Amino acid sequence: MGQIVQYIQSYLSSNQTPGGAGNFFWATVYILIVFGGLSVAVIAMNWLERKILAHMQVRLGPMRVGPHGLLQPIADALKLLLKEDIIPAEADALVFLLAPMIVVLAAFTVFIVVPFGPTHAITDMNIGILFMLGVSSLSVLGVVTAGWASNSHYPLIGALRSSAQMVSYEVAMGLAVVSAIMMTSLSPEGGTLSMIGIVQAQQVQAQWFIFKFFPLGLIAFVIFAIAMVAETNRAPFDLPEAESELTAGFHTEYSGFRWSLFFLAEYSAMIAVSSIAVTLWLGGWLRPFPNALSGSTWELIFSFIPGLTFLALAAMTFYNVVRMPKHPLFKIQTAGLAGFGAVLGLIGLILFVPAVRDRVGDIFWFSAKVAAFMYLYIWYRGTFPRYRFDQLMKVGWKVLLPIGLGLLVSTAVVGMRVELWDSLMRLIHHS
Amino acid sequence: MTDPNTLSPLDLETPEKTFLDANELVINMGPQHPATHGVLRVILRLDGEKVLGLECVIGYLHRGVEKIAEARTYTMFNPYVDRMDYVAAVSNGLGYCEAVEKLLSVEAPPRAQYIRVILTELNRMASHQLWLGTHALDIGAITPLFYTFRDREEILKIFEKYCGARLTTHAFRIGGLQYETYEGFEKDVRNFVKFVRPKIDEYEELLTTNRIWLERTKGIGVISGKDAIALGVTGPVLRASGVKWDLRKAQPYANYKNFDFDIPVGQNGDTYDRYIVRMAEFRQSLRIIEQAVEGIPEGPIMAKVPKVMKPPVGEIYHSIEAPKGELGYFIVSDGSTQPYRIRVRPPSFVNLQALDVMCRGQMVADVVAVIGTLDIVLGEVDR
Repeated sequence: MGQIVQYIQSYLSSNQTPGGAGNFFWATVYILIVFGGLSVAVIAMNWLERKILAHMQVRLGPMRVGPHGLLQPIADALKLLLKEDIIPAEADALVFLLAPMIVVLAAFTVFIVVPFGPTHAITDMNIGILFMLGVSSLSVLGVVTAGWASNSHYPLIGALRSSAQMVSYEVAMGLAVVSAIMMTSLSPEGGTLSMIGIVQAQQVQAQWFIFKFFPLGLIAFVIFAIAMVAETNRAPFDLPEAESELTAGFHTEYSGFRWSLFFLAEYSAMIAVSSIAVTLWLGGWLRPFPNALSGSTWELIFSFIPGLTFLALAAMTFYNVVRMPKHPLFKIQTAGLAGFGAVLGLIGLILFVPAVRDRVGDIFWFSAKVAAFMYLYIWYRGTFPRYRFDQLMKVGWKVLLPIGLGLLVSTAVVGMRVELWDSLMRLIHHS
Repeated sequence: MTDPNTLSPLDLETPEKTFLDANELVINMGPQHPATHGVLRVILRLDGEKVLGLECVIGYLHRGVEKIAEARTYTMFNPYVDRMDYVAAVSNGLGYCEAVEKLLSVEAPPRAQYIRVILTELNRMASHQLWLGTHALDIGAITPLFYTFRDREEILKIFEKYCGARLTTHAFRIGGLQYETYEGFEKDVRNFVKFVRPKIDEYEELLTTNRIWLERTKGIGVISGKDAIALGVTGPVLRASGVKWDLRKAQPYANYKNFDFDIPVGQNGDTYDRYIVRMAEFRQSLRIIEQAVEGIPEGPIMAKVPKVMKPPVGEIYHSIEAPKGELGYFIVSDGSTQPYRIRVRPPSFVNLQALDVMCRGQMVADVVAVIGTLDIVLGEVDR
């Protein structure tokens, strides 16, 4: 018994990721937390996307199920679970059933290496970023098989489009990633592909890679930011599921739970690529302004921000509780909204406890940066028309790829010069 | 650009074998499809994503409106015309009423004429707003739809206040109007003009210079002025091809000759020019409405029309510039209370002919854009 307790406790002092420490218990706990957190994030994203898009489009969005439609995603999930699982008569049943699983598997597996903090990752691989890119590109397989197995024209065209699109944007994406990885090699520890290592490199170099070698880092970031929208099949690159052309693209024939797996995979893929962008260019879990606002006072102030954010959300919720209609019919809704606000406030208060504060700051900053990307996704969808297939290819191969190649070369040249300069200086100092 | 004279009819049964034994794809777009604006069925023959040809199948919304007319009196048939182009019901009513008036040799009094112009132009804007929203939606921009519907609502409110109906208004009667304007009508219209002008800039802000919008619409679905005339295309689609033909100027009806407005004309005949022409027409309609609302004369709203209408034996063709193009009514009278035959020349039906010409050689996504830019209403195509 004591051994087990010690096994569980030993991790807490190891100051490593569970995978790194080889602790199966904590690894399992982390996997469950990440999986649960991701599901909650997808549900929240579903609600937020509808609400934010609705407000951009002068309408209210879901308002009926729960206060301000808060329970709408849950109602939808229930509905999808209860729906009949249709397999078209002409479809290849085995492949048809397998396809959504491949997509979901690829979308969730990448989260093994996503670093929510220096120790808050399931594991740290020395090939972390390659693993992420590699596994997330497996989802193409699922999309193609889904389109093919449906044995129908629209899904087939959708699948063809998405395979071409995802493969070609991976090239530009990879080039941008390589340029960020080259920047890590300027750290004293040398270059790294580990997700945690990349963030630590930004910490050591005291510069987020988006600002490194201005404007080279910024260009790489922009290339990645464009490519990742295409990679996840979101507007304005949502051709595989172009509603007005192909009805629903590759998942036209899917219904019920299997359809919701595609939905789940799409949103977790969005979170996954945003995590890559945050890790590579926006300093991962590092708080903003570490150079300008340094010192223990600022550290303390910034450590309060997570709690304050949740308190602000709670305050907003309570403001809307006051604004709820006073009619007796709205009693339960008002109470529900107040309860939701109370939960938010409670989380905010817990985040003020010093022991918690020190541990979750990383996770908060990481999630906040990812959330900003999620907002961008919604904003794009509200603003842009859709590219045509050949134009999309043109942007990928004729614009992003050459820029990416040029960027790669210039980053190498600039980085080399910096390194040479440093060695020269060291030589002068030593002599 | 395909020459309409050399277009061969599609052979949809046996797709040709092409490179590497890959079959051409024949797919069915519609009649249930999000982008066919109703129940249009388009059979596409594709090589990958490229359109080799297409064929429209219509008739899913056929109600036999023309035949119904033969069993109705002239007055009774009036509400039926609203059900053809239901997004521009007022225009349809105007065309029919004027055609019968011509047959009866009566003319609506000036006050009625002015109110007719105001309502028709408001309806033109409502129709264009619906077009803009759905067209942008087809190309993937989902937000303009909600903006245009928000503003179209104001027009429908004016209609509702005037005649009690929002969509199929039955606003006009043969010989003039049934209802006098309600109190505050002129104020409502003036307020609407003031309200909607900045909103049109708002639509343009989202689209006109949007890079993706330009790429999706410039050079897409091109039709030359010559071909457009050959195919009988009218309305903004014809004007975007550089032909300055607008029945409000060419053969003034109602009292359009009293108003000062321009005819916006495009040059390239592509989807973008059609967009620009219609956006300009918004502003021209506003100009006409402003002038008309300032100049509404006092007087009767109904001409002397017999209770039982028995037009003299003869036939008449009268056409007006509906929002979508030339809307014509050909009425044959045998001297009885019911028309012997009514034939409608709907703009959507004729414009739809150009779809094949405009789409050959383009991509699947462009078919959707071109259907949107033609601004068809299936209720009018099928009648």
